Amino acid sequence: MNIAVTADDEVRYEARPSATELGPASKRIVVGYGFWIFLLSDIVMFSAFFAAYAVLAHATAGGPGGMQLFNQRSVAIETVCLLVSSYTCGLMSLAIDRSQYGRTYLTAFITFVLGALFLTLEVREFAGMIAMGAGPQRSAFLSAFFTLVGCHGLHVTAGLVWLVVMMAQVAIRGFSATVERRLLCFSLFWHALDIVWVWLFTVVYLMGVLP
Amino acid sequence: MTDTQYDRAPGDASALPDVERDTPSGMLIYTIGLVLAVVLTAMSFWVANTSLLWVGGVSLGLTVLAIAQMGIHLVFFLHVTTGPDNTNNVMALAFGVLIVALVVVGSLLIMADLNDSMMPGPELMNLQMQH
Repeated sequence: MNIAVTADDEVRYEARPSATELGPASKRIVVGYGFWIFLLSDIVMFSAFFAAYAVLAHATAGGPGGMQLFNQRSVAIETVCLLVSSYTCGLMSLAIDRSQYGRTYLTAFITFVLGALFLTLEVREFAGMIAMGAGPQRSAFLSAFFTLVGCHGLHVTAGLVWLVVMMAQVAIRGFSATVERRLLCFSLFWHALDIVWVWLFTVVYLMGVLP
Repeated sequence: MTDTQYDRAPGDASALPDVERDTPSGMLIYTIGLVLAVVLTAMSFWVANTSLLWVGGVSLGLTVLAIAQMGIHLVFFLHVTTGPDNTNNVMALAFGVLIVALVVVGSLLIMADLNDSMMPGPELMNLQMQH
């Protein structure tokens, strides 16, 4: 083992065990990796919904299509909300690394507000569509649309609940190793949701209104 | 042995001591990611709405922009790198991408082929007319 000479570096090497020579990986790495696998399987599930949507995108059964239903302005606002909330979630990870309570609460609050704004806009869009008779039972296209977008919306809802729970844990238990691991998983989850949304707004909302 | 390999939790910034010194701060990385993502999103919306571009190429262009933006998110927000401490995360990601591509491309190919094969009359068999 080739370890840097200074005692300071030696301590830092020892503090980061490797799977190859220093025994099993730390719990943070194992937990993060396991959650990474879960996220990938979640994205595989989304890919099935995407495939269903792409196949049924023109199966409107004489009902309204994407051109009549989608409002680009509201989608643009939703996209910005989710993107900026992903950014503030990243800033929250930085604050957590430095154990700064104030900045953690502030960035978590902004993340929550932006996520809630996203959900409000989406629910309003759904309600408007259902009110004009374009509910999920209208056509195969709308069934696929509500399943795909609704599934993403449910994930965002779960993320918001998770964020509140995590902030309560930070308030009660402080930055313990367990709480930090859970926060790592939360930020992975939130960034992954943004990646799914990029895919979603491109395939559903932008390609859906092409002539 | 000269190479000691350190693993890194997905989403964590690099923990390699020699890398740590001259990399930009985390804040800068997230900000670059945000700026790039905003630029790509704006381009996507512009491409979808403009009449300047050839219509046939628009969906391909949107796909490229979306894939680029997902890459930006992976690199700048999730800190996926090609470093040795990240091999496990990248391998899992590559497998996930493979399955996603199989599911989506496979479904589209098979369904398009089915539609082509069943052609007694478009008004009878076209998926668009069925529920």
